[in-house]
Amino acid sequence: MGKTIAEKILSTHSGNDARAGDIVLADVDFVMGQDGTSPLAIKAFRDMGGERVFDPAKVAMVIDHGAPSPNEGTANLHKLMRDFAREQGIILYDIGEGVCHQLIPERGHVVPGDLVIGADSHTCTYGGLGAFSTGVGSTDLAAALITGKTWLKVPESMKIVCRGRLPAGTYSKDLALYLAGRLTASGATYMSCEFCGEAVGHLGVDARFTLCNMAVEMGAKAGIIAPSGEVLAWVRGRSKKKFHPVFADEDARYADAREFDVSRLVPQVARPHKVDQVCDAQDLSGVEIHQAFIGTCTNGRLEDLRVAAAILEGKTVHRSVRLVVAPASKQVLMGALREGVLKILLEAGATVLVPGCGPCVGTHAGVPADGEVVISTANRNFKGRMGNSAAEIYLASPATVAASAITGKITDPRKFLG
Amino acid sequence: MVLRGRSHRFGDDINTDYIIAGKYKFKTLDMDELAKHVMEDLDPGFHARLKPGDFIVAGKNFGCGSSREQAPLALIHSKVGAVIAASFARLFYRNAVNTGLPVVECDTSGILDGDELEVDLCRGTVHNLTRGITVNASPLPRFMQRIFEDGGLAAHIRKHGGFHLGL
Repeated sequence: MGKTIAEKILSTHSGNDARAGDIVLADVDFVMGQDGTSPLAIKAFRDMGGERVFDPAKVAMVIDHGAPSPNEGTANLHKLMRDFAREQGIILYDIGEGVCHQLIPERGHVVPGDLVIGADSHTCTYGGLGAFSTGVGSTDLAAALITGKTWLKVPESMKIVCRGRLPAGTYSKDLALYLAGRLTASGATYMSCEFCGEAVGHLGVDARFTLCNMAVEMGAKAGIIAPSGEVLAWVRGRSKKKFHPVFADEDARYADAREFDVSRLVPQVARPHKVDQVCDAQDLSGVEIHQAFIGTCTNGRLEDLRVAAAILEGKTVHRSVRLVVAPASKQVLMGALREGVLKILLEAGATVLVPGCGPCVGTHAGVPADGEVVISTANRNFKGRMGNSAAEIYLASPATVAASAITGKITDPRKFLG
Repeated sequence: MVLRGRSHRFGDDINTDYIIAGKYKFKTLDMDELAKHVMEDLDPGFHARLKPGDFIVAGKNFGCGSSREQAPLALIHSKVGAVIAASFARLFYRNAVNTGLPVVECDTSGILDGDELEVDLCRGTVHNLTRGITVNASPLPRFMQRIFEDGGLAAHIRKHGGFHLGL
């Protein structure tokens, strides 16, 4: 009997013939924490009697969620991380470097076939490169810092086949929202989602990250896409690590296989306050918005900013809307600067923030007011997510957010695309 | 271990932002401070009504969303006795065992807000004293019981000098 990508990666990393349902103790290739989870992990590391991390070159801590620090409490937690990083010689990405889930792949820390854990639920993003990556809590992170290992239940896999090509005006975010709507917020709980089919095969690297990033919004432990030639070249340009791409066997066993024809997909929007309350953007066309946000580990990459700029070029953001843009990393920001994308966004009226998580999680930099409506490229629209439980958050693609910023209402972006 | 307390009923898909909002958790490691804000965006009066040992009872997918361990820790510090849910999101379930918060997975459809419950963690039963119904819970896997019985993952690693899961 053949194996899924998850079974293969967990077999090689545990030294067992790992099958869905088995519990394995596996070696991790890289571990990551951010500023909301690392401070507790450092505390747990001390509680465990930890003295040295297992391999400083395989550990990164990223200051991205509340960066630069908005208050003294956060500032002190950031200092704790900096002190720990210096003491242990681990990699520290300080303020302004970017969002952890952009930095870890962009700086070559993860390659196809890797096993990566991160103390952040969207660690599943690296499945876009064909790695098995998943989120853990701070104490699990601390245990991995000491031992270089983590325990994992080998997940069952769900094969999600997307037939056809995505039509113009729709993107991997629309696909991710559509799938979340169809499969629900718990539809893939504990599972590894293997995304495949023509529509997925044609996705570029940035778009693959977007799709895998949202796997956790369906409850999944991991989202994985078999790497394309473009992915392999992208990784070789960034990493010196040797790697062996992993593909599923023809006769691999899946707990579930779902097929979707996406050739007629239209722009999708998730309504407040659940990611799986999804409908067509055109069905919400009367909804007035006050803030539009483009950024995050889901959609703050260069491809996303290009799409937004193509729509905003020569246009002006509606006078009752604030357009906030947070590039996912300094490299993304520099790319946007070089290509003239940044100039277009600024001239249209955007406020550009420090590379990082921006206002996604309500820590700083764009908390909405009572009764305000936000349309965002983020991955979560929970009540209070952006720091105010009296605000409403809609989720959409960068194109839909850019189009909505121009009109002041939720807008299907296709009317701005020739 | 037998726990007794009242039920506070919640629905499906209770996410970790509701358990403890991001605007608080990035500021402090003081879990007693975070405990004052548990479930605040969903039910602003929750913490004031909560009595030590009370249970949170929910539907499916409890604890979905972020990896924040502050969620189970803030519940422990607000003196919640256990979380009883029809199902859990994997990150929350794992974090709860790692930090020592009892989590019980069982059919919760017969439990209403305010019901008096008796939870036997060893036998895996939830006895609804108000309605006279007993339901069986799915047991923790053996290796997770080891972590829980050691007092959480930090204590487990300290005690054994690494993982000792008996796999």
